[in-house]
Amino acid sequence: MNKSPSPIEPLSPPPGLVQLFVGFLSVAVIAFGGVLPIARRALVERYRWITPDEFTELIGLAQFLPGPNIINLAIVVGGRFCGPAGSVVAFLGLVLVPGTGVVLASILFSHYADVQAVSDMLAGLAAAAAGLVLAMGVRMAEPIYRRPRVHTIAIAAAAFIAIAVLGLSLPVVMLTLGVISIALSWWVERRPR
Amino acid sequence: MNDSNPLVALALHFLAISIFAVGGANVVLPEIHRQVVDVAGWMSDVQFAQNYAIAQAAPGPNMLVVTLIGWHVAGVWGAIVATLAMTGPTCVIAYVVGGIWHRFRAARWRRVVQGALVPLTVGLIIASGLILAEGAARSYATAAYTAVTMVVLLLTRISPIWLMAGGAILGAAGLI
Repeated sequence: MNKSPSPIEPLSPPPGLVQLFVGFLSVAVIAFGGVLPIARRALVERYRWITPDEFTELIGLAQFLPGPNIINLAIVVGGRFCGPAGSVVAFLGLVLVPGTGVVLASILFSHYADVQAVSDMLAGLAAAAAGLVLAMGVRMAEPIYRRPRVHTIAIAAAAFIAIAVLGLSLPVVMLTLGVISIALSWWVERRPR
Repeated sequence: MNDSNPLVALALHFLAISIFAVGGANVVLPEIHRQVVDVAGWMSDVQFAQNYAIAQAAPGPNMLVVTLIGWHVAGVWGAIVATLAMTGPTCVIAYVVGGIWHRFRAARWRRVVQGALVPLTVGLIIASGLILAEGAARSYATAAYTAVTMVVLLLTRISPIWLMAGGAILGAAGLI
């Protein structure tokens, strides 16, 4: 947790295209249930391409941008070192092998779907996967219940109800609540404390 | 938009949806579910939850559920089209914005927007979890395992892979 301005450990020399591909591939193939923690360990500690502070900042950026966070991170890191080709290579490293693997796994599962034990196993997996998402949502809600404010709770609750209970379409919900939420957030920020 | 070509339908659907995935792919899961299960009828509720589980259990980014949906609808090309549609536009945005990000580091509008996105993202992800849980719950025991998984992950630092493995084993043994 050392936040000195200059990194204590010197960074490695900037990676080339092959290293970027292999680096992100090595992250993807061992990332079960959440890639970001594994990506941090690889990029910051093992390969030393970026500093811990840079990583935190890049995560902030990846979350702020639309699209899957880890893919945004790969695009930005790859682009920083090797331009557009670096981004493409990092993306492929992340997606190519796991994408193929997931399709093969799906074929295998559907092939044996008639076997009761296999579909039972899948049902158990699905139950666990749902629990993973719920836990992530509750954990991400930490800033809300740590500093409870009427407007953040109201927006979170409204988004939940609009999607899970009313089944409204996401673009409508996001545009409406997004505008309201930004207006509220702006209004709260500008008030003198 | 009742397109006869499933590849076009897949591409249009995921291109549009990717733009709204602020905060990760799980945010748009309910919308993908609505389109795939309710509107297009490409999969049943149970199939959706199970494909999500496969994507989650396998290593790699969990947006790969999109690849699986594409595969399910239109084979290899469906998988490729769905994946690229989901990631293409946002990758371009990420590349462009990544280059100029430093300039806005201290800007107030950035803090405002980020503060506004947090509650929205949280509400949407919990909604995703509930929709998946509904699809997965074939009995009270299965629903209970979802709840147990959530609580254990919140209270301990255990790796999620053990809870996935536990679900698979209990399921295969016919216990949940």
